[in-house]
Amino acid sequence: MSGAELKSWREVPIAGVPWLSSMEYKTGDWRSKRPIIDQEKCTRCLTCYIYCPEMAINVEWNEDKTKVVRVTINYDYCKGCGICANECPVKAISMELERR
Amino acid sequence: MVAEQINMLLNGDFAVAWAWKHVEPDVVAAFPITPQTLIVEKFSEFVANGEVRTEFITVESEHSAISAVVGAVAAGARAATATAANGLQLMHEILSIASSMRAPVMMAIVNRAVSGPINIHCDYTDVMGQRDMGWIIMFTEDAQEAYDTSIQAFKIAEHPDVLLPIMVCLDGFLVSHTAMNVRVFKDGGVVKEFVGENRVVPKIKVMGKEVEFSLSPKNPVPLTFGPFAYYDYYFEFKRQQIESMGKVPNIVERVNNEYAEISGRKYGNGRVVPWNVEDADIVCVVMGSSAGTMRYVAERYYNEKGVKIGILRVRLFRPFPWEDIQNILHGKQLVAVFDRAQDQGAMGGPLFMETLAALYFAKDKPNIVLNYVYGLGGRDLPPDLIKKTFDELVRIRDGKEKPFIKKYLGVRE
Amino acid sequence: MNMSETWRPTPISLAKAPDLLMPGHRLCAGCAAPVIVKLALKAVPDPKNVVVVNATGCLEVATTIYPYTSWAVPWIHNAFENAAATASGIEAAFRALKNKGIWKDKLPTIIVFGGDGGTYDIGIQSLSGAVERGHNFVYILYDNEAYMNTGIQRCSSTPKYASTTTSPAGKVIPGKLEWKKPIGFIIAAHHNAYVATVNPYYWRDFVLKVRRAIEYEGPAFIHAISVCPRGWRHESGMTMRISKLATDTCLHPLWEFDPETREYKITDRSLYIAKNPDKKVPIEEYLKLQGRFRHLFKPTRRDDLINEIQQRVDKEWNYLLRMAGMK
Repeated sequence: MSGAELKSWREVPIAGVPWLSSMEYKTGDWRSKRPIIDQEKCTRCLTCYIYCPEMAINVEWNEDKTKVVRVTINYDYCKGCGICANECPVKAISMELERR
Repeated sequence: MVAEQINMLLNGDFAVAWAWKHVEPDVVAAFPITPQTLIVEKFSEFVANGEVRTEFITVESEHSAISAVVGAVAAGARAATATAANGLQLMHEILSIASSMRAPVMMAIVNRAVSGPINIHCDYTDVMGQRDMGWIIMFTEDAQEAYDTSIQAFKIAEHPDVLLPIMVCLDGFLVSHTAMNVRVFKDGGVVKEFVGENRVVPKIKVMGKEVEFSLSPKNPVPLTFGPFAYYDYYFEFKRQQIESMGKVPNIVERVNNEYAEISGRKYGNGRVVPWNVEDADIVCVVMGSSAGTMRYVAERYYNEKGVKIGILRVRLFRPFPWEDIQNILHGKQLVAVFDRAQDQGAMGGPLFMETLAALYFAKDKPNIVLNYVYGLGGRDLPPDLIKKTFDELVRIRDGKEKPFIKKYLGVRE
Repeated sequence: MNMSETWRPTPISLAKAPDLLMPGHRLCAGCAAPVIVKLALKAVPDPKNVVVVNATGCLEVATTIYPYTSWAVPWIHNAFENAAATASGIEAAFRALKNKGIWKDKLPTIIVFGGDGGTYDIGIQSLSGAVERGHNFVYILYDNEAYMNTGIQRCSSTPKYASTTTSPAGKVIPGKLEWKKPIGFIIAAHHNAYVATVNPYYWRDFVLKVRRAIEYEGPAFIHAISVCPRGWRHESGMTMRISKLATDTCLHPLWEFDPETREYKITDRSLYIAKNPDKKVPIEEYLKLQGRFRHLFKPTRRDDLINEIQQRVDKEWNYLLRMAGMK
C-alpha cells in the first residue's frame, strides 16, 4: 500500500497525482537470493545492466565517462530474480541465499 | 456592455456548433449518433473551410471520442465532443475517469431514449444513467439557450475551483432539430474574451515543485495521471471531487450574470428558472423544452380559469440546486414534478427523487408532492394533455381528488 | 523511409542514457516488461520531450501504486481499451497547441505501452482507428501472451496448447485450442504504419527498431515478446534464456515492415537463421522450459501436439520468408 503516512484529502494533490518517486520504495526486501559479482571475472560488458528489470545495476565510470570502471548491484532494489547470473557471458555472477 | 449580435436561423445542433465555432476548442472528437450528428457535421464544415483551427478527430466510436478528449485535456488543451443515448452509454466507463482526472471536457448531450427498442427521440434516461459520474449537468430549453450554455460551459468547467467535466443537454429533435431565431455574437472574439482565448491550465504543487497540471514534458516534475490507488486513498480523491462539485452552484450563478452583461440574456439565477411561481399554490417542476409548452398552457389557463400555476424549470441538474428548490417551493400547496426519464424500480423519476429529498429538509414543506413520468421515447406532451393535467392538479389541490405518488402521463395503459 | 543510420547504440551509450523508468516498481521479479520499457525509452532521441500513454495492465498497475510513481516522464493511464484513442487526443492537442504558439518546442514523442490484453482483444478497435487516422505515435505491445494482471487468463495472443486459467489443460482439453492471432500482420495490413517485432534479448535490434519507429512520421507498432515467469511458470532467472529461444525457434521471428515500400525485412538473429537453417532450434527446447506447457510432457509425452506446434511454427516461418522474398 502506501508505506508512507496517510494524509487527509486536503493535503494531497488533485486527480490522484502521485507525489512520491518509487525510488522511495525499496524492493530489495523481496529477495530470497542475492547476486554477488566476482569483480575479478567481470569484464564490465554491461550485459547484466541491459537485462536487469529493476534498474538495479550500478555503473561506475572513469573521469571522462569513456570507460566503465566497476559494475555493482544496487541491493536497495534488487529482487534477486537471477537474470543477471544467467546472462553474464563470463559467469561472474553467482546467486547466494539472502541471510538477514 | 452588451456585444453586437445578429439573428441566425439555427436549430439546437447548429447552435451548439456555432458556440464551438466561437469558442474554437483546440480538439474536437466526432462520432455521429442521431440526433447529435448535425453538431459534428456543421462543425466539420467550419474545419474544412478553414474557419476554425480546431484539430478535428473523426474517431471510430464514442468510447474513443471521450478517451481522445480526456487525453487532449490532460495534455493541456481545450476539448469538446457530443453524443446521445447509446453513445453516452458506451462512454460510461470513461465518464468517471474524466471527472476523477479533473479534466474540464465539454460535452453536448442531445437527449435521446436508450435502447431497446431502439428509439431516436427525446428522453432523458440517457443522461440520468450518468448522474453519479461526477460531471456537471445542465439542461437547456431551446436553441438559444443551447448556444449560450455551450459557451458558459467552458468557463464553468475550467474554473480553478471546479475543474470538472460538463454536459450541456438539449432535447433530441424537439430542440436539436427545431430551428428558431438565435442571437449569435457577430464577432466570435467576444466569446473568446469571455471564456479566455486559450485554456488556462492551473498550477499545482507536487514533490515541492510548482507544475502545470498537465502532461507537459516541460514540467520540472513530470506528472503521472490515472494511478492505481488502494482502499487507503480512493475515498480521499472522491471527497476532493465532491468538494469541487460544491463550488459549482455559485460559479454557475456568477457565469450566468457575467454572460448577461455581454449578451443581455439571463437564465434565472443560472440554476433554476422560475415563472409565475411567487403567488402560485401549484408549481410544476420540469426540465428542457416541455417547460416552454407548460408556460404556454399555464398562461392561457390563468386567463381562462383564473388559476395561477407556476412553472419552475431546473437548469442545473448536477450538482442539484436543492437550496433553490427549498427556498422557492416552501409553503406551496402542491408541487408536481415532471420526469422525462424511466423510473425502473424507483419510487419515482430522478427529478422527483431529488426534489423530494430537498423538500424533506425544508421548513414549511409543501402539502402535496407528486410525480408525472412522461415523454419516454419521444412520446409527445401536447398542450391539451398539459391542460388536462392542470385540471387534475387543481382538483387534487381542492381536495376533490386523492393525491397519488406517481402517474405515467401519455402512455396507453 | 529514412532509417536511423547514424545512431549506433552500444551498452555504454545505453548506460549513459537516463533511466526513465525508475526502480522501486512492483512488477514481479524476473518480469521482462520493465526491460522492454527501459530499452524502449533509451531509444527516445530527446528524453526531455516524451509523453507515455499506458493501457491498464501489469505495467500500469505495478508502476503507479499511489502515492508512488516509477515514471520520470509525463504519463497517463486512462482505461483498458483506449490507450491508442487517448494517444490520438494527446497528439492532436500538442499539434493544436503548437499551431497556436503555446507549445513552443518540437512536438513530443508519444509512446503507448499496451499489454496483449489491451491490444489484441479489447483494445484492437481503438488501435486500428488510431493507425487508420495516421496519428504520429509509437505503440509498443509488451506481449506476455495472456491477461496476466487479472491472473493469467486466455487471450487471443495465447499460443495454442498453453494452459491458462480460462483455458486450463484438463483431462479432455489440453489448453487453448486456437492459434495465436498474428497481430503484427494485422497492423501492417493497414498499410499505414511501420511495424516491427522485437525481443528484449536481442537488445540492439530492439532499440534500433524503436528508434526507427519514433522517427517514422506516422503510426508505428512494435510487437515485443514479454516473457512472464509467473504466468508461463518458470524460474524468475530464466526470463532472458526463454526470450532468446522464442526467436531462435522462429516462434517470434524478428522482422520489420516498411509502409512506404510495403516490404517485409527479416532482421538480426532471424536473418541469420534464414541464411543458416540448421541454426533454427526445435520448438521443444522452448516448450519444455515452461510450466504452461507441462502437460505436453507429463504425465505422458504428447508428441502429436508438440509436432503440431512445430509444423505450425515452420508454416508461419516459411510464410514470413516468402513475404520477405527470401524463399
